[in-house]
Amino acid sequence: MGNKQTIFTDEQLHGRYHELAPHLVPMDYTNEPDCKVPLSLIVNMPELKENPFRNRIVESFSEGGDGNLSFNEFVDMFSVLSEMAPRELKAIYAFKIYDFNVDNFLCKEDLEKTLNRLTKEELTPEEVELVCDKTIEEADLDGDNKLSFADFENMISRAPDFLSTFHIRI
Amino acid sequence: MPPKRKNDVAVKVEDVGMEVDAEIDSGSEDEARRRAKNRRAKPQRKAKQPSEDEEDEDEDETPRRKGRRKKTKARAKDDDEDDDDEDNRSVKSKTSKASRKKAPKDNEEDSEGEGDKKKRGKTVSKKEKEQQNKEKKGNVKGKAGQSKGGEKDKKKKNGSSSSSSGSDDESLSEGEMEALKEQVEEKKKLVATLRNKPWRMKRRLDVLKEAQDFVEKFEGALGKGKGRRLYAFKVMMAKKFIKFKRDFENFKTACIPWERKIKDVESHFGSSVASYFIFLRWMYGLNMVLFGLMFGLVILPEVLMGLPYGTIARKTVPRAEQDTAMDYSVLFDFEGYCKYSILFYGFYNNEKQIGLLKFRLPLSYLLVGVGIFGYSLMVVIRTMARNANEGGDGADEGDFTFSWKMFTSWDYLIGNPETADNKYASITTSFKESIVDEQENQKDENIHLRRFLRVLANFLILCCLGGSGYLIYFVVKRSQDFADMDNADLSWFEKNEVEFVMSLLGLVCPPLFETIAELEDYHPRIALKWQLARIFALFLGNLYTFLFALFDEVNEKLEREKIIKNETELALAHYYANYSSFYNTTDVPPPNVHPADAIRGPCWETGVGIEFVKLIVSDVQVSYLTILIGDFLRAVIVRFLNYCWCWDLEAGFPSYGEFDISGNVLGLIFNQGMIWMGAFYAPGLVGVNLLRLLSSMYYQCWAVMSCNVPHERVFKASRSNNFYMGLLLLVLFLSLLPVVYTIMTLSPSFDCGPFSGQEKMYDVVMQAIDQDLPAFIGNIFTYATNPGLIIPGVLLMVLALYYLNAVSEGYQQANTDLKKKMQAARDEEKNRRNNKDSTNQVMKDLEDLLPNKSLIPRPIEEEPPLDEIKVEKVSKPTKTKPGSSGNGVNLQKEVSLAAPNPRGPVTHGPGPRGGPPLNTRGPQPGPARGRGRGGHPRR
Repeated sequence: MGNKQTIFTDEQLHGRYHELAPHLVPMDYTNEPDCKVPLSLIVNMPELKENPFRNRIVESFSEGGDGNLSFNEFVDMFSVLSEMAPRELKAIYAFKIYDFNVDNFLCKEDLEKTLNRLTKEELTPEEVELVCDKTIEEADLDGDNKLSFADFENMISRAPDFLSTFHIRI
Repeated sequence: MPPKRKNDVAVKVEDVGMEVDAEIDSGSEDEARRRAKNRRAKPQRKAKQPSEDEEDEDEDETPRRKGRRKKTKARAKDDDEDDDDEDNRSVKSKTSKASRKKAPKDNEEDSEGEGDKKKRGKTVSKKEKEQQNKEKKGNVKGKAGQSKGGEKDKKKKNGSSSSSSGSDDESLSEGEMEALKEQVEEKKKLVATLRNKPWRMKRRLDVLKEAQDFVEKFEGALGKGKGRRLYAFKVMMAKKFIKFKRDFENFKTACIPWERKIKDVESHFGSSVASYFIFLRWMYGLNMVLFGLMFGLVILPEVLMGLPYGTIARKTVPRAEQDTAMDYSVLFDFEGYCKYSILFYGFYNNEKQIGLLKFRLPLSYLLVGVGIFGYSLMVVIRTMARNANEGGDGADEGDFTFSWKMFTSWDYLIGNPETADNKYASITTSFKESIVDEQENQKDENIHLRRFLRVLANFLILCCLGGSGYLIYFVVKRSQDFADMDNADLSWFEKNEVEFVMSLLGLVCPPLFETIAELEDYHPRIALKWQLARIFALFLGNLYTFLFALFDEVNEKLEREKIIKNETELALAHYYANYSSFYNTTDVPPPNVHPADAIRGPCWETGVGIEFVKLIVSDVQVSYLTILIGDFLRAVIVRFLNYCWCWDLEAGFPSYGEFDISGNVLGLIFNQGMIWMGAFYAPGLVGVNLLRLLSSMYYQCWAVMSCNVPHERVFKASRSNNFYMGLLLLVLFLSLLPVVYTIMTLSPSFDCGPFSGQEKMYDVVMQAIDQDLPAFIGNIFTYATNPGLIIPGVLLMVLALYYLNAVSEGYQQANTDLKKKMQAARDEEKNRRNNKDSTNQVMKDLEDLLPNKSLIPRPIEEEPPLDEIKVEKVSKPTKTKPGSSGNGVNLQKEVSLAAPNPRGPVTHGPGPRGGPPLNTRGPQPGPARGRGRGGHPRR
């Protein structure tokens, strides 16, 4: 009863990219134009619109970190978020997505931001504090009070739902 | 010639630096000369041992030419030169000292890029070798591959290609072929795994292009002339094949029935609701097979080859019923023409062989009846085992409750605002739950009260269950009384009382249970299981009460049947006696009675079949009506009355309905149970069920999409899936019991059905064995059915079961132990390895992906190994490795670095090498670098 995915051809995928910003994106790539679609347009894709981490997703996949995606990066994003991508690859990008301050560590602020986005800030500050502390306590292996990628990977590699939830069907 | 060559060497020495000194000092000029030549020679020389004289000469010439050119171009070519040198040496390392010295460097190069970079570096250097190979063939010493962009090289290549003879395609030696093939394979592998590399798309594209170019270029070289064309054809076909595969994959997805519908539901309601529909689809597939068996082996033969309607009594509506047999109300109760149709057991004839094919219908009927159970059992168990395998790869709970909730609870698939809102709510609730759990671990409140409440709740529910069981029993009893009365006197309600009451119980009890369960105050997950189990018990109780009542009825009918049978026999005997005495002959023709007027028994099998079909149909009606009223009407009211109501209907009291997964799944399971039970008595039932499943697929999909809202508490589909399967298995077993019981003990009706005239139903099998199989097989069967053999067999099976159980327990124990050990080892490893090379690789990639850095691949790729080298030599812990900026890590790093990679002894300080190595390795990833540089200015 598995999930089957449909494989996209380049044209279809580019069609999706193109319709985000028809005035910006050319259909002809022969002389390698340098075009990027801004964050605000990508974030409004139906696939991302409801995602609390949409800005972070797009930012993590953009080279400049500003969230403007070229077509290559756009493809990259959906490739990583597809069902075909292996767990390790997904873990790397998940780490980047949750790493709000882009320092390659998930520290308490990152966790707080993650939590607040997940719950629409419905938890009290004490509860947020408790959850963040518990999370770090569970996953932090080297005792530096923040999660390195190794910690994160170790934790995520055993999560039962990670693969099924961390993907987007375009 | 010699001086030139010497110059050549000198240039090289200058380029390469001190390492080459040794070479010049050592040995005579002759030797140096040869070495110089050798160095220039191709790396695959060893493989190409029979080196022809002509080639040698050519070789002699090429260095000369090259040397000349080099002189003129002086140092501009440092990079190329050096690289070439290094390359040759790495291959020739066994013979030359210098190269031996350089070996560590090469090693470093190889080891520096663990993982992706290694591959890349290797393949690139190999590519160079490859090119050299090729050029050798053409008597050229070009280096086109090393710096693709270089004008100079182009020139060189042009010259060479013009000067080269057409002997390019002259045969490669075996070894070369092998090496080439290997490299091509490697490249292919790289292409295949490229998408799994955490690189920027640009880098991936570059590497991909490079690898593809390589493969395309050199795979052709493997064959010559015709081979090349063949290769081109092959490539084309491969491309076509890939495209075809893609299309086929899409086609396959499109062919899965209702895939899009289910995905639609899934994206709106999450995977748990979708799991119901997947289950429904699975059930549909199962029923398709069952229907195929039933239809192909029982119904179709009877229709095609059996006697048509109206020929014999069992296939004719009795005279008394004929007037009303076509009435809608009669047909709707499956009486009249329906009763004497192919749908039910009674219609089938007991003729041993029918038609031209001599098809044994009675035997086939029995075998299909049993085979349906066998097949279902097999499929269910297989699915369960597969599910267990999938879910069984140890997701140890409890370790990471909060982390998992934090990082994996959001379902990225959600694209619907309502679902998203619900997801937020459910995540918040689940976090709150966990917090409460966490806090509750410490304190313990009034446990006596809770215990009391739980006992009370269970008591209440037991009362409910008992009451509902009695109610059904009572109703069934009453319906038997009604059955004895005249059909016309009864109201609709009285006729359908049983079904009505059963459906009503199924409707009322689950919410009642839920309300009572509030008392218990269980954790919602546990509460859900309890709820499922209770509803299951209710359904099961109802079903079995229904069955027992049915058996009472059957026994009554059997009694009646006996009387009728006696009467018939008596009448026949009278007829024969009269006939023979009247005509005074012993040759008596059978009585000439119209089939509609024949005396007939009650045919209890058809009665049972009708009960089941009626039950199914009323079940369908009730559930569809429930959806129509409970969901659709409610949704309409809530939606449109909301404009003129005093409170918010959507958010407040009635709101929209939720999709009741547990109830629906259980309903489906019990429906299937009834199909299994009833299929033997009503072969058409499977077809009816097929229609039901088909319609409910569309109907429920529509209903769920248009009038339901997603759950607030979504329970995980993956794990409860096997729970459902387990329930299904239980139901299958429970429905197997009555059928087998009737087959084995009750005697079939004497005047209807395929087994009429037999003492027991299974006698057809005995007959077939006795009459149609060789005698010894019959003997074997007699022995095999001997209790003396069966009891030891059962014993053996029990023992085997016990043994296997013990073994599996042992394995489980071992498994948990291993898991623990693995966990410990992994933790330790994780702690230590935070600083090892492999992690560094990942860290590098991560770093690489950081914004603003990915456009300068070169320094990032080159620096870490350099740093490492430096650190190794100087053993300075203060190196700045990317990603290791964490505190308290450096110490461990030293420890870990001491162990791996026994690198060659380093005899000189890092100083002088600092510059050149950067350059030396510069051109390595040739083409990629060319493009990489091209990227720079753009930024």
